[in-house]
Amino acid sequence: MAHARTLDDDLEKDLHTEHQVLNMGPSHPATHGTVKFLIELDGETIVDLDIAVGYLHRGFEKECESGTWYQAIPYTDRLNYNSAILANIGYCLAVEKLLELETPERCAWLRTLAGELARIADHLTRCGAACLELQAMTPFLYGIEARELTWDLMEMLCGARVTSNYVRIGGVKHDMPASFPAACRENIAKIRGLLGDYDEVVTRNRLFVDRLRGTGLISRQDCIRYAVTGPLLRAAGVPLDLRKDEPYLKYAEVDFDVPIGEVGDNYDRYLVCVEEMQQSLRIVEQCLVALERLGPGPVNVDDPRVRWPAKGRVFNAMEELIQQFKAVTEGPLVPAGEAYHAIESANGELGFYVVSDGTAVPWKVRCRPPSLINLQPMPLMLRGAMLADLIPTFDFINMIGGECDR
Amino acid sequence: MDDFGSPALRRLLEAFGGAVRETHAQRGDATARVEAERIVEVLRFLRDEPALAFEMLSDLTAVDYLGRAPRFEVVYHLYSITHNHRVRVKAGVPESPCQIDSVVELWPAANWMEREVWDLYGIRFRNHPDLRRILLYEEFEGHPLRKDYPKERRQPLVGPRN
Repeated sequence: MAHARTLDDDLEKDLHTEHQVLNMGPSHPATHGTVKFLIELDGETIVDLDIAVGYLHRGFEKECESGTWYQAIPYTDRLNYNSAILANIGYCLAVEKLLELETPERCAWLRTLAGELARIADHLTRCGAACLELQAMTPFLYGIEARELTWDLMEMLCGARVTSNYVRIGGVKHDMPASFPAACRENIAKIRGLLGDYDEVVTRNRLFVDRLRGTGLISRQDCIRYAVTGPLLRAAGVPLDLRKDEPYLKYAEVDFDVPIGEVGDNYDRYLVCVEEMQQSLRIVEQCLVALERLGPGPVNVDDPRVRWPAKGRVFNAMEELIQQFKAVTEGPLVPAGEAYHAIESANGELGFYVVSDGTAVPWKVRCRPPSLINLQPMPLMLRGAMLADLIPTFDFINMIGGECDR
Repeated sequence: MDDFGSPALRRLLEAFGGAVRETHAQRGDATARVEAERIVEVLRFLRDEPALAFEMLSDLTAVDYLGRAPRFEVVYHLYSITHNHRVRVKAGVPESPCQIDSVVELWPAANWMEREVWDLYGIRFRNHPDLRRILLYEEFEGHPLRKDYPKERRQPLVGPRN
């Protein structure tokens, strides 16, 4: 009988729960990236999510196909602008693979050092901005202060803070200044201090832990099916780190650990990133020791195909003048063929697939963007979750528009 | 055909000898060019064969070799976490019909990658669940990474959409 219904049933019946679609972005203060989410909501629960990317598309690959192999390097700076130098390194390693070049030892150590500083800057941005977007200003400022210290070092090394443009095909722009090791050690100590402060405020903070633990979950198998790499995959418990698995540069010669998580939620991602920064600091210290032990030496490969002659000789000798002229106007000729080289960037596998037809202009430069590929399973992480969980999940995916949209 | 000492190429040649058109290992990258009609079959084998176990589709892209036949090549980079090795598989796609089977059923990761190739190269992926443009907007005319798309081309103005 109708009268027998309980009060609960009546409430359920009259509750009007039509799904609504919420448009978030493309420019939203709680997302540090230009991306649009179309969120289908049932109350505050996310039913489905569609992600629209491409707002920062500027034709990176098309541009690369219209200049010389050298002229693509500054464009790689603008991919992941938090760790520009890692993209420089990835691109140059791919071209060097095509040229079958072996860079001098000093250059490889400098690249390793600069790459790890960039990784620290990237992780600091990720962890700092995550706090900011969860309404915590202080830890963000600790993170940004530490990032400034890495950028000061970057400025000493290559003259630019963000868009480094430091790496060259077959070498680096120049050696580090004599005052660099001391400044680097001083800044490492300061960064350790700031990371300690950050850790004290955040890691066991009840509010922070509650927002992160159990949100943005993704299983190990799903990570692999979606080709997710980097801290996201390691947080899910897969110890894949190309620095260990396919060692390039000097990673086989330095001592560092690969932290992994257990369940693959945002809190695990946070812990993995924080530990990776400590490991990167260790690597930087080892690089400094190795560079000091190595002593002065060449930082560019002595190969006539890619070498730029010494400036003093250019002004005084005809041969070098011609070589300089050809290097600048034509650029190096890269033998025909194809090569894929992947490095472990701060976000995961950053691969460059380069194809040459034997001329001085690339036929194809493909950047495998970890930001785009890691973003793809985001609906999987969020279906059934609360709308508020979207913010930390997006933060720890760390989608960087420049790299995602290219 | 030579397997260049790569276990992936050796197993592939054993199982699909007739479908493999060319192999090489330039700069150490084991590569096989296979018939486009059998791409899903080949990639499924590479994924499921325990001795190879390419669980991860690292990358999927295309190259436009304008003036060559077939004009396009779709390039798959596979990575095995279990065995820590890689293989590159390529399949030629003609200018018309400009299409190849989708591999989304094997790896959901291919979804956005194939959308990007469709967007920038205009290669259609049969059985793709949601083949829309991804980096560009729906009204964009042409596919900009094709070699015959001039870099300077202007696009018509698109008004607001509702």
